[in-house]
Amino acid sequence: MIVIEAILILLMLVAAVATSVFRDLISALVMCAAVSLLASLLFYLLDAPDVAMAEAAIGAGLTTAMFVVAVRKTKRYEE
Amino acid sequence: MRKAVAFMLVVVVGAGFCAVLANIPFGEDKVNVANRYMRNGVRETGAANIVTSVVVAYRGFDTLGEVTVLFIVAVAVGAVLPPGKKPAGEEKEEASLIVRTGSKVLFPFIVLLGAYIFLHGHLTPGGGFQGGAVIASGFLLLYLAWPGQPVGRKAFSAVESLSGLAFVAVGILGIVYGVGFLGNFLPLGARNSLLSAGVIPIIYVAIGLKVGAELAGVVGHLMERE
Repeated sequence: MIVIEAILILLMLVAAVATSVFRDLISALVMCAAVSLLASLLFYLLDAPDVAMAEAAIGAGLTTAMFVVAVRKTKRYEE
Repeated sequence: MRKAVAFMLVVVVGAGFCAVLANIPFGEDKVNVANRYMRNGVRETGAANIVTSVVVAYRGFDTLGEVTVLFIVAVAVGAVLPPGKKPAGEEKEEASLIVRTGSKVLFPFIVLLGAYIFLHGHLTPGGGFQGGAVIASGFLLLYLAWPGQPVGRKAFSAVESLSGLAFVAVGILGIVYGVGFLGNFLPLGARNSLLSAGVIPIIYVAIGLKVGAELAGVVGHLMERE
């Protein structure tokens, strides 16, 4: 079990670094949503299904949609 | 230079976090109140889901505060982004046939799942906030498939206000029955059945509708002004 958790945490770290490195903001957003999704998996494995549900619905779903709208209203590429 | 400073700062803050967190044994509870909830929660509140008994029964007042914060956010978004005129000569193109058909088929099931989550908040994982967020993501799908078409903003405001009122009214009824604000004045019922745990299901239905309408309204405001 601890191996799966370690893999999830490593993937989360990779996605988090990718979020800050990518110049294309839409790609960065996808990575950001991946962090949330992996976090919700991790919450589920740590016996916190309530938090996992909230994280999946709000972190991966609604927040990403709001950021996508914001990016579309401004610029897609970071300068 | 700035990047180096930022990196140093991140390293220092991270090291500080690690130093503090290393002293806390993971998954061990040293707080008496948590143990008390774990031992007595099901008996005292009748809710099989202990998280719900804490969120709605023991800490119901905090939840009212959270719901108020969400309400303020929704009002602020509505104030900053008023329903303005659409830019002239710019017709919104519809989404593709696949997105439209898919969202038409999926929307009822997503709303059903959200309603299931908040109706069974006292029995299974989840509750008002999670169910509301699921319902709002269903509406997000509708907004994606038919951009620029406001879906029932008045209905959202009405549902939001009425469910907020219902939450506070249940709390005040507790005072009337002499068990304190947001106290439980209904019979606890048979454990693990849908109609049990006193006022918890009522409050969670109100929270679920309120959160769903609020988040859907916020997303709708943003998408409409795109």
